[in-house]
Amino acid sequence: MEKFQTFTGVVAPLNRANIDTDAIIPKQFLKSIHRTGFGSNLFDEWRYLDHGEPGQDCSNRTLNQDFVLNQDRYKGASILLTGENFGCGSSREHAPWALADFGFKAIIAESFADIFYNNCFKNGILPITLNKKDIQALFENSESKPGFSLNVKLDKQSLTDPSGNTFNFELEGFRKDALLKGLDEIELTLSFEKDIKAFEENHQKSQPWLFTE
Amino acid sequence: MNGKTLFDKLWESHLVRENEDGTSLLYIDRQLIHEVTSPQAFDGMRLANRSLWRTESNVAVPDHNIPTKDRDKGIQDPISKLQVDTLDKNCDSFQIKEFKISDPNQGIVHVIGPEQGLTLPGMTIVCGDSHTSTHGALGALAFGIGTSEVEHVLATQCLIQQKSKNMLIKVDGKLKQGITAKDLILFIIGKIGTAGGTGYAIEFGGNAIKALSMEGRMTVCNMTIEAGARAGLIAVDQTTLDYINGKPFSPKGELWELASEYWTTLQSDEDAVFDKTIEINANDINPMVTWGTSPELVVDVEGKIPFSTNGEFQPTLDYMGLEMGEPIKDILLDKIFIGSCTNSRIEDLREAAKVVEGKIIADSIKLAMVVPGSGPVKEQAEKEGLDKIFLNAGFEWRDPGCSMCLAMNADRLESGERCASTSNRNFEGRQGSGGRTHLVSPAMAAAAAIKGHFVNVTTNWNN
Repeated sequence: MEKFQTFTGVVAPLNRANIDTDAIIPKQFLKSIHRTGFGSNLFDEWRYLDHGEPGQDCSNRTLNQDFVLNQDRYKGASILLTGENFGCGSSREHAPWALADFGFKAIIAESFADIFYNNCFKNGILPITLNKKDIQALFENSESKPGFSLNVKLDKQSLTDPSGNTFNFELEGFRKDALLKGLDEIELTLSFEKDIKAFEENHQKSQPWLFTE
Repeated sequence: MNGKTLFDKLWESHLVRENEDGTSLLYIDRQLIHEVTSPQAFDGMRLANRSLWRTESNVAVPDHNIPTKDRDKGIQDPISKLQVDTLDKNCDSFQIKEFKISDPNQGIVHVIGPEQGLTLPGMTIVCGDSHTSTHGALGALAFGIGTSEVEHVLATQCLIQQKSKNMLIKVDGKLKQGITAKDLILFIIGKIGTAGGTGYAIEFGGNAIKALSMEGRMTVCNMTIEAGARAGLIAVDQTTLDYINGKPFSPKGELWELASEYWTTLQSDEDAVFDKTIEINANDINPMVTWGTSPELVVDVEGKIPFSTNGEFQPTLDYMGLEMGEPIKDILLDKIFIGSCTNSRIEDLREAAKVVEGKIIADSIKLAMVVPGSGPVKEQAEKEGLDKIFLNAGFEWRDPGCSMCLAMNADRLESGERCASTSNRNFEGRQGSGGRTHLVSPAMAAAAAIKGHFVNVTTNWNN
């Protein structure tokens, strides 16, 4: 995974609570056996007026002009601002794959669903939790000021708007580290091979029925 | 020092090491695999030239893309077929045990795990599927993971995790006659909300939980994720042991004695402290029906769609084609779906069959289908003649799979169609683009098929 860098990006506001992973990437696109190419079907049912199917050329489809990501002022947005409990429902990692493939590097919400939150860090996406008041302020700015952007500094755990207002966010140390270093978690875990083997040996002694196959 | 919760005990017994950064390396006993969330994980293994840590801990089954009729003709959709073929190939090349589409024991991954004795108390169980919480009903720590984590478990038998907080949902009292585990969990989700359990592992306890059958407990734990918690748990008791005893892959003989002795310790200590406790009175619960596009938007069948003054329900009501104040019993249905990892087990089918026996579905119902959760469930139902009851009433009797719970195969709602469904999610487009889903129990779905609209199954509804 690539290291997470400081960046400045346009903020796209999607003011809705409980956006589920079925909405982020509908089920028909989960049939792909690859990890890439989901970006053109991100929020497919909201983004297009017709029904999308996998493998379709999306450039000819009719866009829903009311949908925020289709509006010119949010073109190229790399920060998604949204409501509480974002990413609830299915565990599909296709959701962060689609968001990353579309170009989102950070998602700001009041809260995230557990599995989705975890999946973001495996794909270089930074999910940022802010309080209601800050979220409200960001919604107002991103809706009223065309091109409203934020500078995202992961090492400082801060967001800064063009007027210099700074919002700080909390993040567990290990999650920050994983993004900043672009860690290969499997490699990291395998460095504890001896511990795993020792555990496994004891586990087998105490619960032999788990090792009968 | 305080006692330990069941979750604490399961966590500690699988702790490989605690890292300095506050994370833990947790050992995984069982990984269940299906075709949708695994191909990229196997690809990753091949790219990094890694081998499986413990092959036999993994078990696979195709379920999401599987056709539920004319199976002998194969999978018609070439993209679905490729995904199922890819699972077959991956399992063959990594030598993973797989219940292939032609296997008589094939079924929905969360149905066959417990049914085959592959799910055992005290285990840590993961699957690239959020409804893995189902397996917690047997006193296992089970939760859904993403594809990167599927690969992590394949390669290391472990996951890097941060411990969740403990929540207890204590359900005392007694469920009224005709009220099911499905009504109970919908009621709970309505009470705590879809984010109520975020960050927690939820243990369900109390008399009403103890009184549930194993299958009822699975229904409750299955939908724990709809309350925001990755894992649901129920302590081991005699009901658990009786269920597991004799299953194809459960321990036998001396190992059974040893295992069952350990399993009975799998409960929270009396002095265990939970970060949060919620008390529910089972006596209060009526048949529940969801009316919106989130499982928390749920009311009693005798109720009406609630009023809101701030317009917060308008988008969901527009999508659902409903209005505030509309009585639930006035809602007319187009399709009926009885199935899914929530409600496709034999007791669910018996409950639905009892309702439809000797009756005919309403003329206005375009399709009513029963999709058993697995080959063995289907076989048992046919042995009991349930298939005939459904077929005589006008239902279709299908082959096992996830089917119209998420409509990845051919079973789906057309835009605007309204369905009474025993599945777990009523999200926009979940059962088909533009489709409208109402989540209910099997008995409620069955009665709705007969009348063409919702009725209260606990009353004399057919008069």
